[in-house]
Amino acid sequence: MTLIKEIDFGTPESKSEKMITLTIDGKTVTVPEGTSIMRAAMEAGTEIPKLCATDSVKAFGSCRLCVIEVEGRNGTPASCTTPVAPGISVKTQTPRLAAIRRGVMELYISDHPLDCLTCAANGDCELQDMAGAVGLRDVRYGYDGANHVFARNSGEINFDWKPKDESNPYFAYDPSKCIVCNRCVRACEEVQGTFALTISGRGFDSRVSPGMDEAFFESECVSCGACVQACPTATLTEKSVIEIGQPEHSEITTCAYCGVGCTFKAEMRGEEVVRMVPWKDGKANHGHSCIKGRFAYGYAHHGDRILNPMVRESIHEPWREVSWDEALTFAADRLKAIQAKYGKNSVGAITSSRCSNEETYLVQKLVRAGFGNNNVDTCARVCHSPTGYGLNQAFGTSAGTQDFDSVDDSDVILVIGANPTDAHPVFGSRMKKRLREGAKLIVVDPRRIDLVRSPHVEADYHLPLKPGTNVAMVTALAHVIVKEGLVNEAFVRERCDQDEFRDWADFVAQDRNSPEALESVLGVPAADIRAAARLYATGGNAAIYYGLGVTEHAQGSTAVMGIANLAMATGNLGRRGVGVNPLRGQNNVQGSCDMGSFPHELPGYQHISGEKAREVFEKDWGVKIDSEPGLRIPNMFDSAIEGLFKGLYVQGEDILQSDPDTRHVSAALANMELVIVQDLFLVETAHYAHVFLPGCSFLEKDGTFTNAERRIQRIRKVMSPKNGYGDWEITQLLANKLGMNWSYVNPSEIMDEIARLTPSFAGVSYEKLDRDGSVQWPCNDDAPDGMPIMHINGFARGKGKFVITEYVATDEKVGPRFPLLLTTGRILSQYNVGAQTRRTENSRWHEEDVLEIHPHDAEERGVRDGDWVKVQSRAGETTLKAVVTERVATGVVYTTFHHPMTQANVVTTDNSDWATNCPEYKVTAVQISVSNGPTEWQEKYRELSESARRIATVIDAAE
Amino acid sequence: MSHNSVDKLVKMANQIASFFCAQKSGDPVAGMAEHLTKFWEPRMRAEIIDHVAHGGAGLEPFAIEAIKRLPAVSTAA
Ligand code: SF4
Ligand code: SF4
Ligand code: SF4
Ligand code: FES
Repeated sequence: MTLIKEIDFGTPESKSEKMITLTIDGKTVTVPEGTSIMRAAMEAGTEIPKLCATDSVKAFGSCRLCVIEVEGRNGTPASCTTPVAPGISVKTQTPRLAAIRRGVMELYISDHPLDCLTCAANGDCELQDMAGAVGLRDVRYGYDGANHVFARNSGEINFDWKPKDESNPYFAYDPSKCIVCNRCVRACEEVQGTFALTISGRGFDSRVSPGMDEAFFESECVSCGACVQACPTATLTEKSVIEIGQPEHSEITTCAYCGVGCTFKAEMRGEEVVRMVPWKDGKANHGHSCIKGRFAYGYAHHGDRILNPMVRESIHEPWREVSWDEALTFAADRLKAIQAKYGKNSVGAITSSRCSNEETYLVQKLVRAGFGNNNVDTCARVCHSPTGYGLNQAFGTSAGTQDFDSVDDSDVILVIGANPTDAHPVFGSRMKKRLREGAKLIVVDPRRIDLVRSPHVEADYHLPLKPGTNVAMVTALAHVIVKEGLVNEAFVRERCDQDEFRDWADFVAQDRNSPEALESVLGVPAADIRAAARLYATGGNAAIYYGLGVTEHAQGSTAVMGIANLAMATGNLGRRGVGVNPLRGQNNVQGSCDMGSFPHELPGYQHISGEKAREVFEKDWGVKIDSEPGLRIPNMFDSAIEGLFKGLYVQGEDILQSDPDTRHVSAALANMELVIVQDLFLVETAHYAHVFLPGCSFLEKDGTFTNAERRIQRIRKVMSPKNGYGDWEITQLLANKLGMNWSYVNPSEIMDEIARLTPSFAGVSYEKLDRDGSVQWPCNDDAPDGMPIMHINGFARGKGKFVITEYVATDEKVGPRFPLLLTTGRILSQYNVGAQTRRTENSRWHEEDVLEIHPHDAEERGVRDGDWVKVQSRAGETTLKAVVTERVATGVVYTTFHHPMTQANVVTTDNSDWATNCPEYKVTAVQISVSNGPTEWQEKYRELSESARRIATVIDAAE
Repeated sequence: MSHNSVDKLVKMANQIASFFCAQKSGDPVAGMAEHLTKFWEPRMRAEIIDHVAHGGAGLEPFAIEAIKRLPAVSTAA
């Protein structure tokens, strides 16, 4: 194992197809037009000294270290800013160039501390490297004059010196080491798109400064770390590097947080992570990341982590630490007893979107082959199940149609119910980059999300619809497209079912579906809807990105089909720059769905009633599989309350916190005789558990995740599991206690089994992933290298299906008792229920969940910014602090659900999507009033959490 | 409790009906029946079939029609 060092070509790649041939140091080189001479040289293997250039940002030409000579031209141009030209002959090293470079370096070093031996960047400093490269041997100027290095110059205060800024918990800024190369500023602008950094002052006075000379933590900075990565010196450095030292080896792995699926180099010293550096060759992230993936991995070492298995007879007792064998025997015996007493169908399992494909696959296999039923579901139920259903109806596959890179070719971007800069930050940055290049933007969201207006990005149309009216909006947009003759008829004729199209067109064309007729339902001016529809239909390549704001509704599936209708009607499918793109929440939502986590589907979306598909699995597994669909999560809960469902195995999910209507969920859990929780921490669900199996983090096991673009990527073990086993091993141990006789020794064998049984994964193996880095399924004989863009020559189902999308108002209506609509979302620094991120320094950015309320609604209720307010719905009530803001419209309030004490889901109801039972998180009718502290429920819950987390002190001999 | 759960199933069935009864192409009633067969666990189907046999209180006529087309379910085990 070695430390992976990527080549820095100095300037970004040119996309031109025209090739140019030139000579560099006598060697012939051919590169695309627009390539810099610096990059061309590097491609030919010659590294020209450089400081202000790096290939993640555009060339700047300030340091003058990269000078070259071009035969027949005067002077010594900078190779980073000089493009190649046909036939020129370049020299990268001459006595004149060497002298210039030494002079440049001498000046830099004369204003730079010489404490290399004790510097955190020692061994990883480009300034050091360049001093070596140019042969700098002595520095003639001393520090006596003006400098930025010392706090005092011969006893006098040095006003040019600035102290370190250590306000950010993850990285430090030491201005005394800055060479003002501007790389950080450009990274923040070009890569991240936040524009948090500027160079203040001029000439000798110029300094990097976050915002208006603020501390990093106080500034606009979102702590993505792009500037730290771009900095050639120790000026911006990870605090972990300062503490630990330079890494010695690295492994490529995949972020375990969101559906973007950024890949990282986990840079290690022994088994200790020194830092996570986004991998340049990562096809989802291209060397960028957000705060979560880069910095928030510390939860793996958090003191709350449970490392020993535990059991208890009843949930009122304290936990007892026991050996693995005892815990697993306890679990298996109870499972068997429950099935004997209440029947085969009285038990089930929930798979996790945070666990690997292999782990998810094993859990569903345990259910189908071991429990003998199909009672397996996944938390994707509560987020993107309508995507699966809706897209499958329309196109014949339930996945997003594009890869992330496709956005580079989009001319119009329509974002519906998604907040990419917070929930999918790295893709959000990509999208912003394309918007800065001129693509048009339409945002459909009740809230004024950041994209609507942020530095250098502004939505052309923001349609702030009332929560719960997506279907009406999509239909109104379709109305305009059909009535104004904007349908792409050739596409529809060739690709879609004609009868269904005509029925749909007749339906949307009805007057009652016009923007004018729906204006009062939607709360959006009809003219804006018309203009947005025209832009989407006629603005060139138009892509739709949508998120949970579309799916988590009573009509979630209908809205997804409506979105598919729009794309088909305008011909925006089957090529780059277009498509229908669900932005998945958790990292492996796609994978957990692919792996057969749903009660009606075997891996690869093969319906359980299909004889043929079942037979393949039955032969391989040597068991009979039930042909009837099993219980979905909400059905499990209902069934538990009826006393029919008694045992549940939950892997890596916190259903008590993440699922709606907390009271209902807790009543259901309390009614079960066995709840097995496998997780890192005593999560909220564990309050109701009888067996706790300690799980491990993504750093401690091998496996694969599949991101929102269907990209399968490896996670690699960089440290031994602190709890003793990878999660897949734990499932195997449990299965074997139930007599399954599994003998997987490596997750790669599980992947081989998946490939053997699932047509769309036939070509996937660890070997292929190790070789190619990643692959986007389907990957089989028809598409040996996977499929970045789907439906190129026709839809998977044959003809595209238009579906009539009749708007039905949700049951959650505002009335005199509950006059406001509550909608929920997430923020950048926290992740889902926050079990991991809350246990890192990320919490400093989001210490509690707050309620956003419009000034008008606040005033009516006497609520001031920062007040405690009570949120009441028909399901329950909770309290949190109010933030008065115009981000939300009047009549709408908004909160996040990252903290357990907020208990936002006490308020959400059991309404759900008609097709999939995906809960309607996004709309709850509520009342808000000023309050003076936590509700009784919150107090009781606090007590419960304390008592349910008790662990009995045992005599140290369990194992 | 059991009463409560039928109420839930009725609500879900009506929601499903409101989607399918808006469809024009094909046979929307069959579409709804297929949906129930594909996604509802047998016990849930048995319960709603039974509810329809007892008059189907609260169900939309369209939903009743679709449920009537469901084959009987055996819920042994
Ligand atoms: S961490 Fe990211 S957002 Fe913050 S200043 Fe650096 S590049 Fe900009
Ligand atoms: S902080 Fe680093 S990247 Fe930014 S200007 Fe200074 S040396 Fe360059
Ligand atoms: S949380 Fe998402 S965007 Fe951030 S690093 Fe991880 S995969 Fe990338
Ligand atoms: S690297 Fe070219 S001028 Fe700095």
